[in-house]
Amino acid sequence: MTLRQAQGRQEVFNDSPSPLLQLTFIGKQFGGLSALSDVSLHIRRGEIYGLIGPNGAGKTTLFNVITGLYQPSAGEFQFNATRYQTAKPHVLARAGIARTFQNIRLFANLTALENVMIGCHVRTNAGVFGALLRNLNTRVEERAITERARELLRYVGIEKPAQTLAKHLSYGEQRRLEIARALATDPLLLALDEPAAGMNATETESLKVLLQAIRSSGITVLLIEHDVKLIMGLCDRVAVLDYGRKIAEGVPDEVRNDSAVIAAYLGQETPSSSPHNKVRQSVSSQGLDGIDTGGGRGVPGGSAATLTHGGGND
Amino acid sequence: MPNALKKFLKRGGKHQQRLAIGLMLGALLLLPFATDALLGRGWVRIVDFAMLYIMLALGLNIVVGYAGLLDLGYIAFFAVGAYCYALTGSPHLALAFPMAFPDGLHLSFWIVLPLAALVAGGFGVLLGAPTLRLRGDYLAIVTLGFGEIIRIFLNNLNAPVNLTNGPQGISRIDPVSVASVLLNSTQNIFGISLPSVHLYFYLFLAFTALVVFISQRLEKSRIGRAWMAIREDEIAASSMGINTRNLKLLAFAMGAMFGGASGALFAGFQGFVSPESFSLMESIMVLCMVVLGGMGNIAGVILGGVLLALLPEILRHIVVPLQQALFGKTLVDPESLRMLLFGTALIVMMLYRPAGLLPSRVRRRELDTDEAAEKV
Repeated sequence: MTLRQAQGRQEVFNDSPSPLLQLTFIGKQFGGLSALSDVSLHIRRGEIYGLIGPNGAGKTTLFNVITGLYQPSAGEFQFNATRYQTAKPHVLARAGIARTFQNIRLFANLTALENVMIGCHVRTNAGVFGALLRNLNTRVEERAITERARELLRYVGIEKPAQTLAKHLSYGEQRRLEIARALATDPLLLALDEPAAGMNATETESLKVLLQAIRSSGITVLLIEHDVKLIMGLCDRVAVLDYGRKIAEGVPDEVRNDSAVIAAYLGQETPSSSPHNKVRQSVSSQGLDGIDTGGGRGVPGGSAATLTHGGGND
Repeated sequence: MPNALKKFLKRGGKHQQRLAIGLMLGALLLLPFATDALLGRGWVRIVDFAMLYIMLALGLNIVVGYAGLLDLGYIAFFAVGAYCYALTGSPHLALAFPMAFPDGLHLSFWIVLPLAALVAGGFGVLLGAPTLRLRGDYLAIVTLGFGEIIRIFLNNLNAPVNLTNGPQGISRIDPVSVASVLLNSTQNIFGISLPSVHLYFYLFLAFTALVVFISQRLEKSRIGRAWMAIREDEIAASSMGINTRNLKLLAFAMGAMFGGASGALFAGFQGFVSPESFSLMESIMVLCMVVLGGMGNIAGVILGGVLLALLPEILRHIVVPLQQALFGKTLVDPESLRMLLFGTALIVMMLYRPAGLLPSRVRRRELDTDEAAEKV
């Protein structure tokens, strides 16, 4: 059986002190624009690691670098003690990095079940001859794939619409299906790009429960999210990006009160007699809890009142 | 009506299903005799060509329907297969290399067939490799160019060494023989007299069945699912660990192999090949069969193949006599009428049935679940 079982993971995580993912001075240039510069961070095995930052801070770019969609212009990263600098997405998926997408990218015209079955592709082997002959190995493997896919659909809580086309699922179900599909690749690291975007409070709460269950099954989770409550309540450690640089990292409580972070979100403190100053200070004193980080980027020297306008999404 | 049939098959279970398949097979076996008796020998030949087109359309369906790669030069693989057999199964090579092959090369069809498939598959990879990063319109343009390159090569490779005999084409190709029975003349088998076109019909039927079988197996396999994932979203597919490069090349190669094999059959059947059989229009016709019938659905593709292969012949046999009877002369040439009808049909299809006459199983399932939802 080539399908690895998630249970076996726990041991790996206890025995290996080395971080699962280690980024060293990652940089990414798009022409003259520097989307990422000198980003270094490490993610330990078994933790839930949060990545936050204002819109355009480079979070998704970083995601695309570690999942192979972009090649970094500088630096390199190590995953599971192997170095990668220029690797194709499928190589990294095989190595154990699975991801979801910010704007859902399911296989829209295939069923929920088939979507998850495709996730099993990387851990299975049947080729053309297996398909044509449909020999014993292939049949056993096909059955295992179907079973595993059903199991995963059950796990994320969408077993009922297994035969529904992905495009006909509800928004929340589609998000969950993306997670199930990513889990089907048997990842060591599950990278989720804004999984709670567009969800209501109840859905977000059940997503939180799901992510905790995934973590306790031994899978490390990397999370980009704008919902600060979710990030703070869920993550073991959080890194903050701004203008492509890491400006803070640490446990949620540290990051929450970090002055650089507050400045990035709310704008720099400038001594002025602006009537908005008081507002800003009161927000600052609560730390990030009081705001939704999905909003605007702080304008240096700008007014905190911009916050009320900047509530949009990407 | 198809719904009633489906219900009947469902209720009846295995037995009735087998019965239905048996009946269909019986009907197919009798088809050349029925056609011969009702419409004449010429029509059996037309049906034979329809079978070849079905094989081609099923091959293209792998590339376009499963993997979603728009290929406008598919007929080139048909040409490669046809010329493979034309060169190795005719006296022609005596012209090019009189020393080496004073009598031409007369390899057995059954040796050349897998060879032709492999060579065409190789050309499929050759076409696929530089186009891996292209999609949609851009891919269509490059494949179109590829198809033309092959045709122009065939047209001009009569100098300095006369390899393809240029526009005159290669004639006197050996007929196919099955177990030392030559298929180019009437044979008596079990007391039944079988003309050549009947024999070829059965040969093509067997090959079509094989192609259908392979397509079906591929569709419901790990490879087939990976192709469909690439068709749906290439970036997501590669992020899920699918090696998109290899699987796209595989799709091109598999499709090309079907094309090459049908090409060899075509050369053996016709006994003559020339570059004009492999024009861009042919590529487009095969693509239309796939699109009209229902991309990704085997039954749909077969239906598309039958319709588009028979339509021009039907027109030719109906329109001219009809006009003669009505006006005493032919006002509209059947060829122009074919194009007119064909264009209209495509526009109507795109407006009312964009997924094809028989949409793929996904669409069907979609309708089924809608029905189920209505019942609840």
